[in-house]
Amino acid sequence: MSLNKYFKTEGPWSDAKVELLCSDTGSWRSERPVVDEEKCILCGLCAIYCPIQIVKEQTDCFEADLTFCKGCGICAQECPAKAITMVSEGEFK
Amino acid sequence: MNSKTESNFKVMTGNAAAAIGATLSRPDVVAAYPITPQTEIIEQLSKFHANGELDAEMITVEGENSAMNAVMAASLAGGRVFTATSSWGLVFMYDAVLAAAGARAPVVMVNVNRETPGIIAVSSGQQDMISTRDSGWIFLIAENCQEIIDTVITAYRLAEDYDIQVPVMVHYDGFYLSYLSEVVDVPTQENVDKFLSVLNDQPARTILTPGEQTGCGSHGILDGYVELRYKHCMAMERAKDKIDQIDKEFSNIFERSYGGQVEGYRLDDADVVLVGSGSMCGTIKTVIDDRRKKGLKVGLLKIRMYRPFPSEKLIKHLKGKKAIGVVDRSLAFGFKGGPMYTELKAFSEELEGSELISFIDGIANTDITKKNINKMIDMTCDLAEGKDVPEVTWVSYGPQQGGE
Repeated sequence: MSLNKYFKTEGPWSDAKVELLCSDTGSWRSERPVVDEEKCILCGLCAIYCPIQIVKEQTDCFEADLTFCKGCGICAQECPAKAITMVSEGEFK
Repeated sequence: MNSKTESNFKVMTGNAAAAIGATLSRPDVVAAYPITPQTEIIEQLSKFHANGELDAEMITVEGENSAMNAVMAASLAGGRVFTATSSWGLVFMYDAVLAAAGARAPVVMVNVNRETPGIIAVSSGQQDMISTRDSGWIFLIAENCQEIIDTVITAYRLAEDYDIQVPVMVHYDGFYLSYLSEVVDVPTQENVDKFLSVLNDQPARTILTPGEQTGCGSHGILDGYVELRYKHCMAMERAKDKIDQIDKEFSNIFERSYGGQVEGYRLDDADVVLVGSGSMCGTIKTVIDDRRKKGLKVGLLKIRMYRPFPSEKLIKHLKGKKAIGVVDRSLAFGFKGGPMYTELKAFSEELEGSELISFIDGIANTDITKKNINKMIDMTCDLAEGKDVPEVTWVSYGPQQGGE
């Protein structure tokens, strides 16, 4: 392993403009939130409740960034329109 | 006194020496919370700040955890920082102590050694030091008030060195040194500035800058974590030679020298040796002088740098000695012997037959008296002569534990 593979510095410094040092937390997920665009009322509560703040507004609905979403299901629990369903990752393989 | 160095002798406590050492190093930010026996440091620094001698940002924090987080952040923003604590305070900032080391923030902290939580004891002992032994900080231990002021100044050269970038904790015995008044040759501001100016010629370390997207302490991905820990361990190794080199440079300017990682006292021709650290070494040196007059070849090896462990120096100086008694002012629960003894034991093979025994003494202000040290020397001599000597002796405790 190169001594400076991940960090050019002695300490854990990272430059977000060049490379954001972040964990691939999406790989931890066993279920993913699937949004029914018909039901979504664009209230944004899912984005507010998301513990890691990765739910972003799209044209017709709100969607989680699956690179980081750990599949906790809080958005599905809180959605007042019941527009979000947690679906097993096995369904997408 | 020579003409080269301007001298400024003053009588002061160990705590005052620490506060003056910090002030002379011109910190940008000081954040600390008072705790016995460290409180006087904060009082002195506040006084210096109030009368204009200390041009630093003093942050009044609500506890030690905030103190360490404040100085760590200020350090990562490029500032020179200082804090001080003791015992329960050190434990209360434990997570931040680990974080400062992980972030490689060159924080300098004085820890005035006091017994550690578990049993409330407002008394001296190095158990607080041992409780943070594996935190990734560099540990320096001072023996007297002069060494305190000099070690605090030296700590900045070490912590902020571009090749090191590791926080440094300066330890000295609470009560025995914190409140002991001694004559101290206070370095001049001009000389301290000169000594520390070497740091200005080094490459700039990465710092937090408002508006920039630079972060420190990001969530470490697995291999990144390994990389950082490896680098940290390598920096700890480099710190050994570095402090020897800094000690030489210190001596060139201040005409005082401490030997860097370790100090030997009448060691070279000694047959039997005591290994110790901190204020006990003054008493040990006195007893050694007495015993030498009576023809006993006994010496002292004083551990000044405890982390990284100065194994090469210890092996070099102790190899081939007939017997070595290691005096610990702390415990290594789960091991019979004291921490320094247990660690030195790991190098038994390299010591080429030198026998080792452990003495535990000075815990919770039980004085390490001349009588106690004479007993330790006698037992170490017995070991050298091949007599049956217990591996571990609690010198100030009951007869069954080897004490009086």
